[in-house]
Amino acid sequence: MQMQRTIIALTLAGCVGMLTLPAKAQEHDTPIPPKLRWSFAGPFGKYDPAQLQRGFKIYKEVCASCHSIQMLAFRNLADLGGPGFSEAQAAAVASEYKIKGLDEKGEPTERPGRLADNFPPPFPNELAAKAANGGVAPPDMSTLAKARTYERGFPWFVFDTITQYQEQGPDYLAALLKGYEEPPKGFQLPAGGRYNKYFPGHNIAMPPPLQDGQVTFDDGAPQTLDQYSKDIAAFLMWAAEPHMLARKRIGLQVIIFLVVFAGLMYLTKKKVWHEVEKPTEIARG
Amino acid sequence: MSGHSTYKPQSKFLQWLERRLPIGGLIHSSFVVYPVPRNLNYLWTFGGILAFMLAVQIVTGIVLAMHYTPHVDFAFKSVEIIMRDVNYGWLLRYLHANGASMFFLAVYIHMFRGIYYGSYKEPREVLWILGVIIYLLMMATGFMGYVLVWGQMSFWAATVITNLFSAIPGVGEAIVTWLWGGYAVGNPTLNRFYSLHYLLPFVIAGVVVLHIWALHVAGQNNPTGIEPKSEKDTVAFTPYATIKDAFFLAAFLIVYAWLVFYIPNFLGHADNYIPANPAVTPTHIVPEWYYLPFYAILRAIPDKLMGVIALGASILILAFLPWLDTSRVRSGRYRPLFKQFFWLFVIVCIGLGWLGSKPPEGIYVILARVFTVYYFAFFLVILPLLGIVEKTKPEPNSISDSVLGAKA
Repeated sequence: MQMQRTIIALTLAGCVGMLTLPAKAQEHDTPIPPKLRWSFAGPFGKYDPAQLQRGFKIYKEVCASCHSIQMLAFRNLADLGGPGFSEAQAAAVASEYKIKGLDEKGEPTERPGRLADNFPPPFPNELAAKAANGGVAPPDMSTLAKARTYERGFPWFVFDTITQYQEQGPDYLAALLKGYEEPPKGFQLPAGGRYNKYFPGHNIAMPPPLQDGQVTFDDGAPQTLDQYSKDIAAFLMWAAEPHMLARKRIGLQVIIFLVVFAGLMYLTKKKVWHEVEKPTEIARG
Repeated sequence: MSGHSTYKPQSKFLQWLERRLPIGGLIHSSFVVYPVPRNLNYLWTFGGILAFMLAVQIVTGIVLAMHYTPHVDFAFKSVEIIMRDVNYGWLLRYLHANGASMFFLAVYIHMFRGIYYGSYKEPREVLWILGVIIYLLMMATGFMGYVLVWGQMSFWAATVITNLFSAIPGVGEAIVTWLWGGYAVGNPTLNRFYSLHYLLPFVIAGVVVLHIWALHVAGQNNPTGIEPKSEKDTVAFTPYATIKDAFFLAAFLIVYAWLVFYIPNFLGHADNYIPANPAVTPTHIVPEWYYLPFYAILRAIPDKLMGVIALGASILILAFLPWLDTSRVRSGRYRPLFKQFFWLFVIVCIGLGWLGSKPPEGIYVILARVFTVYYFAFFLVILPLLGIVEKTKPEPNSISDSVLGAKA
C-alpha cells in the first residue's frame, strides 16, 4: 500500500511538472490583462447602475458610430438589474433613434424608435460596415464581453471554479482600450493597423477609440481613459448577460436548498442503513 | 436476480390493472424488492445520477426546441433570444449546456468505476457493451447539440469533425458531401443535426432500458467482485439503494447548480459567443472538454487516416474490454498490479484531455504520443498480460464476510 501510494504520488508530481513547464515556455509577448475589481463579480455581485449608465453614454456617443448592439432593446434599459433607467427615460432614448420600416404602400419610411425596438445598427449591412472601416466589419457588441477572453492556463483555471472568476471578458476589454502603444522595434505593422499590446497578434484595425475627457459624466466620476475603459466594459458585460442578477439570486436559493436537502437525505440514509451496518448494536438494543 | 414479485396491490383499481398489465409488479420487483449487494459504495450511485441527467437533458431540450430556430441566419440569434427574452430561457439554456458536461462527468466516473471493479466481466459483457453504445450515442448527441448554437466554435467543430470522414480512401469526399448535404457545412447540415439531436436522446433512453434490463438479469457487481451467495449479502433496492442514490444525487446537483448559476460559461468557449462565420477560422479549434482526450489521440498521429482510425479505435476498443482483460479476479481491490496501471490509465486520460486543449506543437505532440501509446497498451498489452503474470490477493468468501470481517 505504502509503495503504491509513493508510485501514484510520484506519477502525479511528474505530471504536474510536465504540465507547468511547457506552459511557461509557451508564454509569449502578449501581457495578461490586469484583474480589475468589478461590482458584479462573485456570488453576490450586482451591476452598478451608475456605472452602466456611464458605460451606456460612452457606447452611445463613441462606440455606436461603428459597432451595432442588435440584441439589445430599448426596453432593456429599464429592466431590473440593469442600468436603472425609468421607462420614460428609456422611451426618450428610443425616440432619438430612427427605425427603418415600410409604409402601407411598401415605400421605405423612418419612424422614431419605441421601447420594443432593438438598437438599430450604424450600417445598413455588413458590406457597408466593411467598406467604411478599412475592410474589417466592427463586431456586434451584444455578446462581446462573453466572446472575448484570455487564456488562464493551468492551474489557474482550476481555482477559478472555486473563486468564481468569470470576468476575463471585461478585464480584457478594459485592458484593450488602454493597450495602444508605439510598436516595438522590428514589429512590422501593416498599413492601416494599430499596435495594441493586448490584442492577439497586436495588429488591431480599430483606432484608439477613447481619450481622457472625451465623454462628459454628470455624476462626478473621473473623465479619464481609465474610468471610461472600466465603465464601457461593465456596460458590455451587462449587455451580454442581462439576467445575471436573477441568476445569482436564484442560484443562492437553489444552493441553500440543495445543501439542506442533501444534509437531510444523508441523515435519512444513516438511519435507514443503521440496521444493516450495525446489526449487533440493534440486537443488543 | 430480479426476485419474483410478491407484489399485492392494495387498491381495487391496481388489482384490476395488475391482472391485465402487471406493470406494478414489474416496478415492484425491479425497484423495490430487487436485491442489491449490501457493500456498494457511492460510486454505484452514478447509474441513477445518469438516468436523472438524461431526463434533465430531455426535458430542458424539449422546451428549448420550442424556442430555437434551426436556420443558419437565425440559429445564433434565436439562442440569444432564449437567453434574453424567453422567461427563464437563460436558466433552461445554461441547465442544458452545463447538463451535458455533468452528464459526461457522471458517465466517465461510471465507466472508470466499471473498469476498476471489473464490472464488464462474465456474465456482464452485454451490459458493458450496451453501455459503450450509450456512450457513443452520447458523444454523437453532444457534438450535434454543440453545433446547434451556430457560434464560431460550433461551425468550425462541425467542419473539422465531419471532415475526418474525408480520410476514408476513395469514398471519403463523397461521404463528407453526403453528411453535409452540400459542399460545405451549411443550412442542410444544421437542419439534419437538429433533427438527429432531437432523435438520439430517445434512442439513448431505449438503450438505457436494455442496459437496465441486462443489469437486472446479471445483477449488480460490487466492490469485492464476488457474486452474492446468500440473502445476508444483499439488501432490498428500496429503501436502501434508493435513499443512498437520492443523497448522492442531491450532492451531485450542488456541483451542477454551482456551474449553472455561478460559472455558467466556465466550460464553454468564448469564441462560441461569436456568430458562425465561414470566412474566419478561429486560431485554435477546440472541442468541448469531454472530447478532448480523443482529440489529442487524433492529433498525436501525423497521418490523417491513421489518426482517424486511432480515434475510432480508442472508443471501440472499450467494447472488447471483457475479452482483453484475462484476469479471473474481477475487482481491482485484489489486484495489486492492476491497481497501479489503472490509476496511471486515469492520469493518462486526464493528461490526454489537457493535451487536447493545447496547440499540436513541440512538447505537446510528444507527450500526446507517449500518452496515446499508453492508452492503447493498457488495453492491448497490459490487461491481457496482467491476467497471466499478476499474483492476486485472496478474495473473501462472501460479501458479508468482507463487510463484517473488516469491522471485527
